[in-house]
Amino acid sequence: MAAADDLQFEEFGDGATLPATNPDATTIDIEDPGEISKRQSRPRGSPGREEDEELLGNNDSDETELLAGQKKSSPFWTFEYYQTFFDVDTHQVFDRIKGSLLPVPGKNFVRLYVRSNPDLYGPFWICATLVFAIAISGNLSNFLIHLGEKTYHYVPEFQKVSIAATIIYAYAWLVPLALWGFLVWRNSKVMNIVSYSFLEIVCVYGYSLFIYIPTAVLWIIPQRAVRWVLVTIALGISGSVLAMTFWPAVREDNRRVALATIVMIVLLHVLLSVGCLAYFFDAPEMDHLPTTTATPNQTVVAARSS
Amino acid sequence: MAEAEESSGELETATPRPLFAGLSDISISQDIPIEGEITIPMQGRARELDRSTLNESVRHTIMRDLKAVGKKFMHVLYPRRSNVLLRDWDLWGPLILCVTLALMLQKGSVDGEKDGGPQFAEVFVIVWFGAVTITLNSKLLGGNISFFQSLCVLGYCILPLTVAMLICRLVLLAGQGPINFMIRLFVVVVMFIWSVVASTAFLADSHPPNRKALAVYPVFLFYFVISWMILTFTP
Repeated sequence: MAAADDLQFEEFGDGATLPATNPDATTIDIEDPGEISKRQSRPRGSPGREEDEELLGNNDSDETELLAGQKKSSPFWTFEYYQTFFDVDTHQVFDRIKGSLLPVPGKNFVRLYVRSNPDLYGPFWICATLVFAIAISGNLSNFLIHLGEKTYHYVPEFQKVSIAATIIYAYAWLVPLALWGFLVWRNSKVMNIVSYSFLEIVCVYGYSLFIYIPTAVLWIIPQRAVRWVLVTIALGISGSVLAMTFWPAVREDNRRVALATIVMIVLLHVLLSVGCLAYFFDAPEMDHLPTTTATPNQTVVAARSS
Repeated sequence: MAEAEESSGELETATPRPLFAGLSDISISQDIPIEGEITIPMQGRARELDRSTLNESVRHTIMRDLKAVGKKFMHVLYPRRSNVLLRDWDLWGPLILCVTLALMLQKGSVDGEKDGGPQFAEVFVIVWFGAVTITLNSKLLGGNISFFQSLCVLGYCILPLTVAMLICRLVLLAGQGPINFMIRLFVVVVMFIWSVVASTAFLADSHPPNRKALAVYPVFLFYFVISWMILTFTP
């Protein structure tokens, strides 16, 4: 009966065969997963490609805007709103840490690794680890330097933990706030193609501090030269990550303003690392080192021991 | 009742009629006394329990809670994959442990020079705020463990480190020196590993495998800081 036929499901078959059987049918082509991954892997690029689109992320800027709009839909007083900032897997966190340790010119940390999914897990726990690393290493290093002195009484110096925490967390949150405000203000004057959200800047700063954790542990070695070499290496790596991230954001601006911004970012970073080294780690005095001193000091040691 | 049964029996043996046709014929001519006791067994027992916990001695109440705490201590000392800590959580154990640890870690007197050790309040705040931060982190990462269950597990797993503190204090009574330090270091390291393993045994299942490391690392950091405070304690 006609009524029974109308209620039956029609088999449509594959989309490929449909135009053959029914030329009037409309078909929509959905891309293969292989093509999509090819498209996404292009922004990563082969090393050495320095096209503007890569840095600016024009390919996926539309996508990222859309994704950012879709993600944070809960109001800010619900718990789910804050859960969106912890939406990372273990391997993503490791990738971001790796990206902060190996800055490659031409690759932007935010576009490459953060990709509109800024997380607060990394910055918070990297800063916490750094606070304890600096406090504990400083304590250990002072203990080792003053080992053997009759007048030295070991104290754990627990108050330094709170001072370290204040310094590091202030740096990791207030400097991004100031930088974000500054970039927003410049954006209103000069049309920049690249702009970062506040959380992305916090993310970059947090992950760029990771290099200081092994540096702080290695600062236990009571040699002045070793410490300064370590400071230089750490500053080089994290400073370049920051500079390469923020250069595209200020490039469109007045030359002097752009250069001043980058210099300011690097200068604050230098201030942080040198300040931590000076405050938490006592200066190693030369005449307490046994055999590894440089030759000009051996006469001093000989003079003191005689 | 007997009359009604007889009449219904008669109905069944008679010729088949429509259902319940003769029901109206049944008349109960005399009052059937209905008497007896209606008791529901479950309710009765609960009422008995209520009465007993109100009237029981104070010693009995305290012993019951102490036994629950002691049972959980046993579960921490021999960690197996069980959910006793999660099912009946309580915060008495963590409080006892935290107060004991803070009392033992604080500086004895206020020195004239800069006193380096943590004060009672500092230890207390570090333990409780550390536990709260880890719990918040676990919940933000999407773990399916409740707030107080996680606090309970983290608090109870401080037990090995409290034992380490006791041992360290006893060892320090014998004077200070490098051998002394090596013994203390060994004890603290062993207890630290025990704490981390115990808490991971309870907390590991509450996260999907792609975020397990993210949830376990703060626990590791927390117990490491407490171990450091125990190791650097100088009377």
